[in-house]
Amino acid sequence: MSTTVKYVERDLKVVGTRPLRPDGVDKVTGRARYGADYNLPGQLVGLVLRSPHAHARIKSIDVTAAEKLPGVKAVVTRDDFPDMPVEYAAAGELTINFRDVTRNMMAREKVLYDGHPVAAVAATSESIARKALKLMKVEYEVLGHVIDVRDAMKADAPVLHEDQFTVGVEPKPTKPSNVAKRLVFGCGDIEAGFKKADLVIEREFNTKPVHQGYIEPQACLANYTEDGQVELWTASQGHFTLRAQCAKVLAIEVSKIRVIPTELGGGFGGKNNIYNEPLAIALSRKSNRPVKMVMTRGEVFRATGPTSGAQVKVKMGCTKDGRIVAGEAELNYQAGAFAGSSVPMASMCTFTRYDLENVRVVGHDITVNRPKVAAYRAPGAPIAVFAVETIIDEMAEKLGLDPIDMRLKNAAKEGTQTYYGPKLGAIGYIDTLKKAKEHPHLTAPLGPNQGRGIATGFWFNIGNETSTTLNVNEDGTVTLMIGTIDVAGGSRAAFAQMVAEELGIPYDKVRPVVGDTSALGFNFVTAGSRGTFATGMAAVICARQAIDKLRERAAAAWKVPVDGVIWENGFAKPASSNVGDFEPMSIAQIAKTAGRTGGTIAGHAEINAQGAGPGFGTHIVDVEVDRQTGAVKILRYTVIQDTGKAIHPAYVEGQFQGGAVQGIGWALNEEYIYNKDGRLENPGFLDYRVPVASDVPMIDTVIVEVPNPNHPYGVRGIGEVPIIPPMAAIANAIYDAVGIRMQEQPMSPPKILKALETAAKH
Amino acid sequence: MARAHVTTTINGDVVDFLCEADQTLLSALRDELRMTGTKEGCGTGDCGACSVTIDGRLVCSCLVLAVEVEGKAIDTIEGMADGENLHPLQKKFLEHAALQCGICTPGILIAARSLLERNPDPSETEIRYWLAGNLCRCTGYHKIVEAVLDAAREMRS
Repeated sequence: MSTTVKYVERDLKVVGTRPLRPDGVDKVTGRARYGADYNLPGQLVGLVLRSPHAHARIKSIDVTAAEKLPGVKAVVTRDDFPDMPVEYAAAGELTINFRDVTRNMMAREKVLYDGHPVAAVAATSESIARKALKLMKVEYEVLGHVIDVRDAMKADAPVLHEDQFTVGVEPKPTKPSNVAKRLVFGCGDIEAGFKKADLVIEREFNTKPVHQGYIEPQACLANYTEDGQVELWTASQGHFTLRAQCAKVLAIEVSKIRVIPTELGGGFGGKNNIYNEPLAIALSRKSNRPVKMVMTRGEVFRATGPTSGAQVKVKMGCTKDGRIVAGEAELNYQAGAFAGSSVPMASMCTFTRYDLENVRVVGHDITVNRPKVAAYRAPGAPIAVFAVETIIDEMAEKLGLDPIDMRLKNAAKEGTQTYYGPKLGAIGYIDTLKKAKEHPHLTAPLGPNQGRGIATGFWFNIGNETSTTLNVNEDGTVTLMIGTIDVAGGSRAAFAQMVAEELGIPYDKVRPVVGDTSALGFNFVTAGSRGTFATGMAAVICARQAIDKLRERAAAAWKVPVDGVIWENGFAKPASSNVGDFEPMSIAQIAKTAGRTGGTIAGHAEINAQGAGPGFGTHIVDVEVDRQTGAVKILRYTVIQDTGKAIHPAYVEGQFQGGAVQGIGWALNEEYIYNKDGRLENPGFLDYRVPVASDVPMIDTVIVEVPNPNHPYGVRGIGEVPIIPPMAAIANAIYDAVGIRMQEQPMSPPKILKALETAAKH
Repeated sequence: MARAHVTTTINGDVVDFLCEADQTLLSALRDELRMTGTKEGCGTGDCGACSVTIDGRLVCSCLVLAVEVEGKAIDTIEGMADGENLHPLQKKFLEHAALQCGICTPGILIAARSLLERNPDPSETEIRYWLAGNLCRCTGYHKIVEAVLDAAREMRS
């Protein structure tokens, strides 16, 4: 059974304003505690021995010398963890398979990427732990490796998993393959569609993996006690899903693990899953001491999830007047060392901004000798959209159409049947395009070597399992216990605003706190832009329950039926003069005597929230291309997006701006660089260059509000859409500036120079 | 090996600690003194999350050895507010929503204060170049730059 709470339009006092975030003061004073900021008496330092090879069979692991080193208290290897059968579980946007999860956290038969964990040690100091790692002897049989998806799909490619046969192909293949899965989505008749086309464009695009680049490296502290109880402090996006994963791979009952979420120093999808947590628990169990494990930046790059690099082939056809009649795509996505890339979501997003009759998308999920990919903000969508939005720009140019008009002609709207399943409900895509057309950015003058690009994006958004508790305290203030991690966007402020609005009390009378796993029922990980939508809905349900109880207490005091009492602006009042002449009772007055009138007043919601509204955005960017160096400078940037309802507009703007700048980094600079031996050559922020303040201009924002009918305040998820359009928008702007169509990412200076030289020869 | 004894001044208080010869100032602050407001994002001087000042000079504390601060004066995020009165930069960061996850915030505040001590009226471009050594992955920098401009305006008046 699922829950939705319908949208009702009304006057708002707190929702839509810009109060200070509840976690703000702690974050500007250095008090906020993140994963690495927790310590326990007697704690040990845990470190990981990692594979130097991209692909090798482990012949033996000898840790006896390390174990004998004074100060070493425990060593764990594959032998300390039970093997797991194939079993799938949801973990954010990507699905995990426990057979692979246990092999990713600690290699078993083979190492599959540079940085793959092979052993872990806990010692009394970091220097002793480092010495211990050097004393460990691992004998490898080095195997051939494969890094690129195009190579990995070849018949003679080294195969990572001898038991992996492509799923989704008939008849079942007899040879193992790096292609884990083939997916097909579509509608209509693609061949018939192309026959109607006056213009057909077919292009191939290639992109490199990029990392989420959160500034806080993964960090955790585990305390396994003598009676088999586990306390775990960790910086993650979902402490309940992390608990479930740890319980599974360690064969410990869920009730025995208590995960206390720390403040999260950025995640963007990269902190949905376990890495060091089960190792720290196992080391703590073996040493009878608390164990703290903090990754280095190099470990973060080498061994935690980047998103996929990919090869994308897209063919589209349209009529002379700009109506798209067919869209076909092949998406070949890197999964990393284990199956499970974002290609399913990417396949569904590829064309879903347009109302198309004939679509066919084939996706391949491909294992390569790289770290297992993790979700990254709208997982997979920016890559496929880079291809489609670039081709639409080319079509519009060839047909002499305005690129926004071309999109308006084909735009998805309420009632549009998607090619992957549902019909779209109330959406704001067309509204964002119209706002773009009216925006002064679109008519600002451009100089030489400057150009302007447009692109758009779509993301599904989700709801899912959510538990929330609201307690009215004895002085009438309110504590809201939530179970979705505030992944940085300021969701705690948004929840307090919605509860204050419902109860009719000031914002600062509501204190939102993220509860640990023993405080609430299960909460799915904060992913899929679900936090403000799902916990917002749960918080509103809690507040409405509390209001019913507050009315009951007032009714009992006045000896009138509860129907005779209304709740208004934080007071219980008689519904009319017929009920009687009673002085309104405030929340504080009722709370003060609650113990005598029936006990504490609280609200609970344990729901499976459904009805998340899809999000759409349109971006406009101006660039200048330096023909001497190939450098692309972002001159001006505008993000226009439908939010449903901006509960806290400043934090919505922050999501738009942050997502756009991550997209700019993806477009222009960021990439994983592997050498011929399959080792990562740029595992640090010096050589993996994320945007810095001087790389970008101010990011202008326009908030469009088309309410989601399935949320009491009309909220849709907003966090992921902003990273989708930048790559395509920038590619289109580069074309407008200097006439080259970029089909490779990153659009870094060497690639721009090469493209300019090629163009000059023709 | 014997640990070194270091006496220094942190946020105006005389403090002493023991450290390894190869231990960084960042590690001494966080692991020996449990002053965890200064953050580690990379350990290689690329992200600026560990920014502090030594005798007024802005540094990445991950690139300074703890033994080097003997007799020096260090300022960290923990000393930025005066009691419960926040520094104008701290206030403006809150008002402008210039932080999200907040892990980069202590370093950016220390760096921004260092800028305003040298240049009380910086342009947007000067702020962007001064803060180019401080990575923020959440905000896209827009609101950070606005907050610094606004704080500078208030501190001048």
